[in-house]
Order: sequence, then structure tokens, then C-alpha cells
Amino acid sequence: MSRLPDGRYVDDAPFDPKANIQTLERRDLDAPNWVLVWRKFKQHKLGLVSGVFLLVCYLMLPFVGFIAPYTANERDSEYLYAPPQSINLFHEGEFIGPFVYPTLAEADLETFQWKFVTDETRPMPLEFFCEGGSYRLAGLIPSDTHLFCAPDGATVFLWGSDRLGRDVFSRILYGAQLSLTVGLIGISVSFFLGIGFGSIAGYFGGKIDWVINRVIEILRSLPELPLWLALSAAVPSNWGPVAVFFIISIILGILDWPGLARAVRAKFLSLREEEYVRAAEMMGASSGRVIRKHLLPNFMSHLIASATLSIPAMILGETALSFLGLGLRAPAVSWGVMLNDAQNLASIEIYPWTAIPMLPIIVIVLAFNFLGDGLRDSLDPYAD
Amino acid sequence: MSILRYAVYRFGTMLLTLLVVSALIFVIINLPPGDYLSNQIAELRASGQSAGVAKAEFLRTEYALDRPLWQQYLIWIGFLPGPQGFSGLIQGDFGWSFEFDRPVAEIVGESLWLTVLVNLAAVLFVYLVALPLGVLAAARSKTWVDYTSAFVGYLGLATPNFLLALIMFYYGHKYFDLPIGGLMDPIYEGQPMTWEKVKSILIHLIVPTFVIGTSGAAAMMQRLRANMLDELGKPYVETAIAKGMSPSRMLTKYPLRMAFNPFVADIGNLLPSMVSGSVLVSVVLGLQTIGPTLLTALKTQDQFLAGFVLMFVALLTLVGTMISDLLLVLLDPRIRYEGRET
Repeated sequence: MSRLPDGRYVDDAPFDPKANIQTLERRDLDAPNWVLVWRKFKQHKLGLVSGVFLLVCYLMLPFVGFIAPYTANERDSEYLYAPPQSINLFHEGEFIGPFVYPTLAEADLETFQWKFVTDETRPMPLEFFCEGGSYRLAGLIPSDTHLFCAPDGATVFLWGSDRLGRDVFSRILYGAQLSLTVGLIGISVSFFLGIGFGSIAGYFGGKIDWVINRVIEILRSLPELPLWLALSAAVPSNWGPVAVFFIISIILGILDWPGLARAVRAKFLSLREEEYVRAAEMMGASSGRVIRKHLLPNFMSHLIASATLSIPAMILGETALSFLGLGLRAPAVSWGVMLNDAQNLASIEIYPWTAIPMLPIIVIVLAFNFLGDGLRDSLDPYAD
Repeated sequence: MSILRYAVYRFGTMLLTLLVVSALIFVIINLPPGDYLSNQIAELRASGQSAGVAKAEFLRTEYALDRPLWQQYLIWIGFLPGPQGFSGLIQGDFGWSFEFDRPVAEIVGESLWLTVLVNLAAVLFVYLVALPLGVLAAARSKTWVDYTSAFVGYLGLATPNFLLALIMFYYGHKYFDLPIGGLMDPIYEGQPMTWEKVKSILIHLIVPTFVIGTSGAAAMMQRLRANMLDELGKPYVETAIAKGMSPSRMLTKYPLRMAFNPFVADIGNLLPSMVSGSVLVSVVLGLQTIGPTLLTALKTQDQFLAGFVLMFVALLTLVGTMISDLLLVLLDPRIRYEGRET
């Protein structure tokens, strides 16, 4: 900036007649679409935090055997319904690292319950990278090293133990493996069906459209849970846990697709009239290619956002089914199966920690909701 | 006059839908291999009780379970004469429950009305809660009112219904002395309706209504808030404020009416999830609705009972959706009566 003798201020930079054309109207729109979306998503703090949290949760799944101090079905018959224990650092004002106080079970002959007495005089330090029950890392590599476990003669039930003396904390970690993936498989099924039927209906129109539309309307007007119940009641009881798990996730997905299909169909109806679609058709592209290469990419991101929002429904659905005893079955561990124990008022009152699996459910469902909201808000970077 | 025509048209489509749904339900409940009686016969044979076998065989022919599936379906609906002539759903014969060894109609009996009652109460609850809260959250957006209601709403959406039921039950009983379990005091069960019985039912309804309604109310509230916010940004609102209209009057006179449409139309989405929720919650809380009956019927493969309950649940949602469609037309004269021409 320099000052002319007559008192005006003039910019020193050389004059560029094309400046108006070259500079972008908005500096923030100078990058590919996904960068713009990412920039906007980063501002949605709650969504970002939820996304990172979910990512950590899913990445943890293959290693739950290592993190959990016990294995899923390891029983300690001395400690039925043991209350949660805390890990302490200081004993009588002295720092001695993480340790637990041993508990002793005593039978109370008046109430016929086990009473647990904590012996606060003997701190027992936790062991790290110790040997425990064997498990398979990521389902493949056999191992028996655990991140931490209880010293001999003590237990470490962070969130208590259940009616068979199994560690609730470890079971929640193992349960996450099924409870979290059930939503992913379900949503893949629903995605596949929804996009398939939705695009066929929207692209071809006519009679097919009419039929698919009626099917969508009928399925949407039916209550999901009774149908889920009926379908899962049809799963043969002699199937193994893995087969049951897959079929349950597929059942969850089968009833979820109509909402997605409707959105896809509506988009297709408007997009198929665009010129680039006609151009592609005239150049001899097959219907399948037009749908996959030219139409779907237009709103894939929106579909992903709406899928994120419907994963929670599936997780809750699995929980409900297992809770009612029609979903996953006993040797399999999922949060719903665990909550089956907390089914009656008595256990809520006497052993409230058996209901702890509801906390991860609530947290995960909330996280998916926030992530979905964040994604939805940031998918249109050109909006204000 | 044309509202009447629309009503007839809507009713017709509902009946057709119901027909398709009945086929769907019939297929689903027949998915498991075998049926209640053939399983029973196999079991009896295995244990060598031939007397029971004869009875079960007799029942099998009596209820046409030995015929091909498509005939069974038509007999069940009442389009084909069964062994006793036409006696299907449309003739008002709901079939026989093998598990309870009684007619289906007798088993479900009173619980049908209680199911309708519970769902009605839950829908009312959703509207009564979501309407004021949604409007308030929009009018006072980005204040603590908005944030609190959003937080509670999110929690409502995220908490599994059945857990909420257990917790509410426990604390409701502990602090407010609300009754535990059931829909009425056991002494009124099977009694004719009296004022005392109605009172007992109403008190017992508090917790289930709250539990079933919460997630619906949360979703409804969020949608109403979004709609209201859209409307509040429009120029006519500014004009109204500039002209000195009082905020509450302005709010109720214009934007609320506009935002109300989706509110009514939404019942089509709301109702299926509410009915789902009520089935689940009934099982947990032991309400005398058809939820627990459905669960036992499905687990024991008691096909007529399961089929009837599923049909009833579907009918409930379809009728609810139809009513909401008709209401919508009454509320908003801009909506066309005819079906969409595409």
C-alpha cells in the first residue's frame, strides 16, 4: 500500500485485468467435493467425536480377547453375582500402582444370597500381559495373553459378574463383536435391496415401478417387530451360533430396505430426465451401466448418511430380539443376550450391574445418530 | 362429496393391502418346517402314545393342515370351504389354538381392546408431549430449552424400549408408588367394566404409555422443530412481527398451521413403530395385550393364533394410517382427493 501525493492510497500489486475471472467467488470452494465435505464435517464437533469413537470401537473388535481379562464363557462358580470391583492406585495413602482388594464370598443363610466381603487390608496388584483363558486374536491367531488379569486368589470383575459367575465387563467386550457387526451386515443387505429395487423402479418406471411401489408401501405400513419375531421364530433351533447370527442380521435388513428404496426411486425419477443420462443412453450404454456409473454416484453420499442413521435401529432390533429369546442364542454373546439376564425386576433391584450392557447400547446408538446427523449436514458443502 | 369418494377409495386400498398382508403373514408363519400338530404327532409316536396320535390326526384333518399350503391359506381366509364349510377370518372364525386347546377368539378376547387402548394412549401421549415441546424448541431455538429437549429426545431415541420399561417400572414403584405389572388390578380381571376397573386400568397405563411413547415423541418433536424452523425463516413471519403481532399469537396462527401437516401425516410412520414397541413392552411388563400371546404362539408354532395376532396388529396400523390420511385431507384443503396420477 503506498500513498500518492494527492492523498489517495493505491495497492502496490500489479494490475491484473483477468483477476475477476480467475479468483473464485468463494475461496472455500476450491477443492474436490470430498475435501469440501470433510472440511464441513470437521466443524460438526459432535459428529466428528462420534465418528472417531465408533472407529475406535470397531477397530477394537478383533482384539477384545486381548483387552478382556476373562473369556466370554469363563465361569467362576465361587463368585456368582459378584458386585463390581474398583481398581485402586493408593493403599493407605501410599502409591502402589493399580491393584484390587480381594473379595470373599459368604453365604448369608437368612436371605439365601451370596454376600461379598472386601478385604481392604491386602492390596493385590494387577498383573499385566499375563496368561489367562485362551482365545483367538481376530478369530484366527490362538493366544492366551491378556492385557491385564487378576492376581492369584483375587478377581477383577470391573462391572460385576452375572448369575453364572461370568465377568460382565469381558462379556460386554465380546458382545460388542456381534452387536456391532449385526448392524453392518443388516445395513448391507438393506442397502443392496434398497438400491436394487429403488433404482429399477425409478429408472424403468411403468408396471415394475407400480409393483415395487406397492410392495414398499405395504412393508412400510407393517410394524417391524412382530414380523421380525415371526421371521426369527422360523430359524431352525439346531443351527449353530454363526448361522443364526447371519440369518438374524439378514432378517433385520430385509424389513429395512423400503425406506431406502423410496428415497432412491424418488431421486431416479428426477435424474433420469437429465441430458447426460440421455447422452449415455444414445451412446449405447446399457441400463445397468447408466444406473451404476451415471446415476448412483450422484447421491451415494446421501445414501450412506441415511444408512448411518438406520444402523442404530438394527442394533436395537437385535437387542430386542435376543432379549425376547428369539434372536441370538446362549453360547453366543451379544448385548441383547446379556440383558436377557436382567429381564425381571428382581435382578434390577438386587443385582443392578446385570443391566450395565444397556450403557454401551445407548452410547453406540447415540454415536451413530450424531455421526449420521453430522454427515447429513456436511454432504452439501455448497449450502451455507 | 369427494371427501366421501376419497374415503371409499382409501378404504378399498386398505382392504387390498390387508389381503396381500394376510398372504405374507401366512407364508411367514408357515416358514418353519412342519406344524404344531405334526410335531406333536412325531413326539407322541416317539413316546409310543397312540391314543394322542389319533386325536392329533383328527385335528389335522379337522383344520385342513393335511392339504396343500395354498388351499390352507384360502381356507384360513375363508375363500374356500374347509372341512366345516366356509369358516375363515372373514366369516369371523379365527381358528383354534393348539397350544391352549381353546378357540383363538376366546384367548385373545379382552386383550384386543386393551391393545387398542394402550396404543391409543401412546399416540395421544406422543402428540401431547411432542406438540408443545417441538414448538417451544423451535421458538426458543439455540437456548437451553432447545438443547435440553434435544438431549432428552436423543436419549429417548437411544434407550431400548424394554430397558426403559424396566427402569421406569422400578423407580415408578419406588418413588411414586405406581403399580407393578399388568394393565389392571388382578381382582378386576375377567370382571365386567365398572368405574373402579376403568380407574385401575388408567393408573396402570401411566408407565406403559410413557415407555412406548417416548421414542415416538422424541422423533416427532425433532421433526416438528425442523418444520417450524423452516417456517419461521419465511418472510411472512417477519411481516407479522413487523406489524406488531404478539409472538405467541403469530406462532399459533401461521407457522404452526403450516408445520402441522407433516405432523398428522407422520402417524403413518409413527404407528408401526409404536405397535412394535407396545408388543415388546407388553412382554416385559406383562401387560394383558396380545404381545405376550404373540410371543408364545410364535415360539410354539401355534399357527392360527400367531396368524390372527399378526393380522390384528397389521389391521391396527393400516386403520390408523387410513384415519391419518383422511384427517390430513380434512385439515388441508390443498391436498387432492384422487390418488396420485403418474
